[in-house]
Amino acid sequence: MLLRKLLTGTTVLCLVILVGCSRGEEAAQPQPPPARPEGKSVDSATAATIQGRVLYQDGQPRRNRIRMAADAVCVQQHQGPVYSQEVALNDNGTLRYVFVYVKGQALAGYSFPTPTEPVVLDQRGCLYTPHVIGAQTNQEIKILNSDPTTHNIHPVPQNNREWNTSMPPNANPLVRSFPREEVMIPVKCNVHPWMKTYVGVVSHPFFTVTGEEGTFEISGLPPGDYTIVAWQEKFGTVEQTVTVGASETKVVDFSFTPGGSTD
Amino acid sequence: MAELPGGQESVSARHNAGLHRFALLTAGATFLLLIAGALVTSNDAGLAVPDWPLSYGTWMPPMVGNIVYEHGHRLVATSVGLLTIALAVWLGLREPRRWVRRLGLLALAAVALQGILGGLTVLYLLPRPVSIAHASLAQLFFCLTVSLAVFTGPGWIRQTPRVTDEGTPWLGRLCELTTVALFIQLVLGAAFRHQAIGVGPHLLGALAATVLIVWTSRRARAPHLPGEMRRPALLLLLLLVAQLLLGTGAYLARLAAVDSSQPTPSFVFFTAAHLAVGALLLATSAVLTLRCHRRLLRAAEFPSVSSAIQRATP
Repeated sequence: MLLRKLLTGTTVLCLVILVGCSRGEEAAQPQPPPARPEGKSVDSATAATIQGRVLYQDGQPRRNRIRMAADAVCVQQHQGPVYSQEVALNDNGTLRYVFVYVKGQALAGYSFPTPTEPVVLDQRGCLYTPHVIGAQTNQEIKILNSDPTTHNIHPVPQNNREWNTSMPPNANPLVRSFPREEVMIPVKCNVHPWMKTYVGVVSHPFFTVTGEEGTFEISGLPPGDYTIVAWQEKFGTVEQTVTVGASETKVVDFSFTPGGSTD
Repeated sequence: MAELPGGQESVSARHNAGLHRFALLTAGATFLLLIAGALVTSNDAGLAVPDWPLSYGTWMPPMVGNIVYEHGHRLVATSVGLLTIALAVWLGLREPRRWVRRLGLLALAAVALQGILGGLTVLYLLPRPVSIAHASLAQLFFCLTVSLAVFTGPGWIRQTPRVTDEGTPWLGRLCELTTVALFIQLVLGAAFRHQAIGVGPHLLGALAATVLIVWTSRRARAPHLPGEMRRPALLLLLLLVAQLLLGTGAYLARLAAVDSSQPTPSFVFFTAAHLAVGALLLATSAVLTLRCHRRLLRAAEFPSVSSAIQRATP
């Protein structure tokens, strides 16, 4: 009798909890943007520009080889060995995938419309392309899966909502956004543990990611004093203060070494 | 009822060989489940399947990358769940001892709760308290299944004379302390693995567990004690040596993998093996504890072996 009661009770409890907890991949709906007072806009006639390069100071960094054997489809996407993009050194001694942005305090009082064009992040060859992206708060990020294999995409933010969604082959693009500033949000694929990307989210359009020339240009800035920050995945961040006058262009270079960074 | 005061079963509690073998099978499958769970954590595969209880909306997703570990863990867990249900039913139908039947139901409740905790870790994206609770309950559940195998075994049911332990503390109490310390150490290990704490508490726990195991093993290997105590006592020592080596290996592999873009094979091997041997240590200590309570008498309570034998003989 007691046995039957306990078994029935356990079964009912499990069913209730299963039904209660059973949620598939609930779509993490973009959260409404926080209320923001209307501010002034930048006068394009006096807008300034900051440009420069991000240099690596210590020869050739050690590259980690990625082992893709866990998924034959990933292996087939590449002709030779694949290396981690954690430290991507260009031929000219500059670094690729460095997120360069303006710290927000100097821009208080301005408001910037959210871009209507989404930032595109692709999963191709079992790697994220590009390896680092930037987006404005609430700007749409369009995530694609160009691989004939299953991925899951899982951002691990501190200030925004964490979510985890699967993307089978030929899945429709996934569109998400982050409502709060956060530099940087790591994003990973738990199916393929070598797959990592980072998203820099700021409340203004003054950011960029270095490419194959290792250069950056931030334009359209109102004249003023700014702190420019360069973030590199392995070496961390380095800051420089810059003053730009009306319509002025200033050059600021950053340098990173394995032990940290030098301005 | 086939029970006597003092926890002694009468001869009517017969050994059921089939039931015992099934309990052993369940315990063995649970050990495999522990290894499967360790592989999930070591390969950082906990969220490779974002949904639960289905996997990618199906019962059998494409087994690629880390889905192999996460879904494989779910498949083994389902098998263990079914084995536990069958064991509880079998005990309910054929086991004369009420407390053993109840233990079967407790195992069933534990495996159900464990499944739910596993689901919650997935749905709520690895909240540390839930993940640590999942890892800790896994160890307790393993001990439960091993205990059921012990209780249904011929060695437990057979009426044999009890012997007196004159040491201080009583060996049974010392074994209890060692078992509890090992469980705490496994919880600390889980907390470290899930990055809730640093390695410091786990190292201190290792020191305490080592001292207790060496002490317990030395006491339990006394020549006057029966082989059913001396054997697990020796096994405890051997497992301790293996565990210390594996723990060191796991830590070094973790340090070596800091710059790696993915878990390295050595890291996966050492961390999974460290967890598995930890589970074996806990289970061995638990078995020794149970056997002490079954076969040993306290000297203070029973001053002579002969009187003890008289009490134990129906």
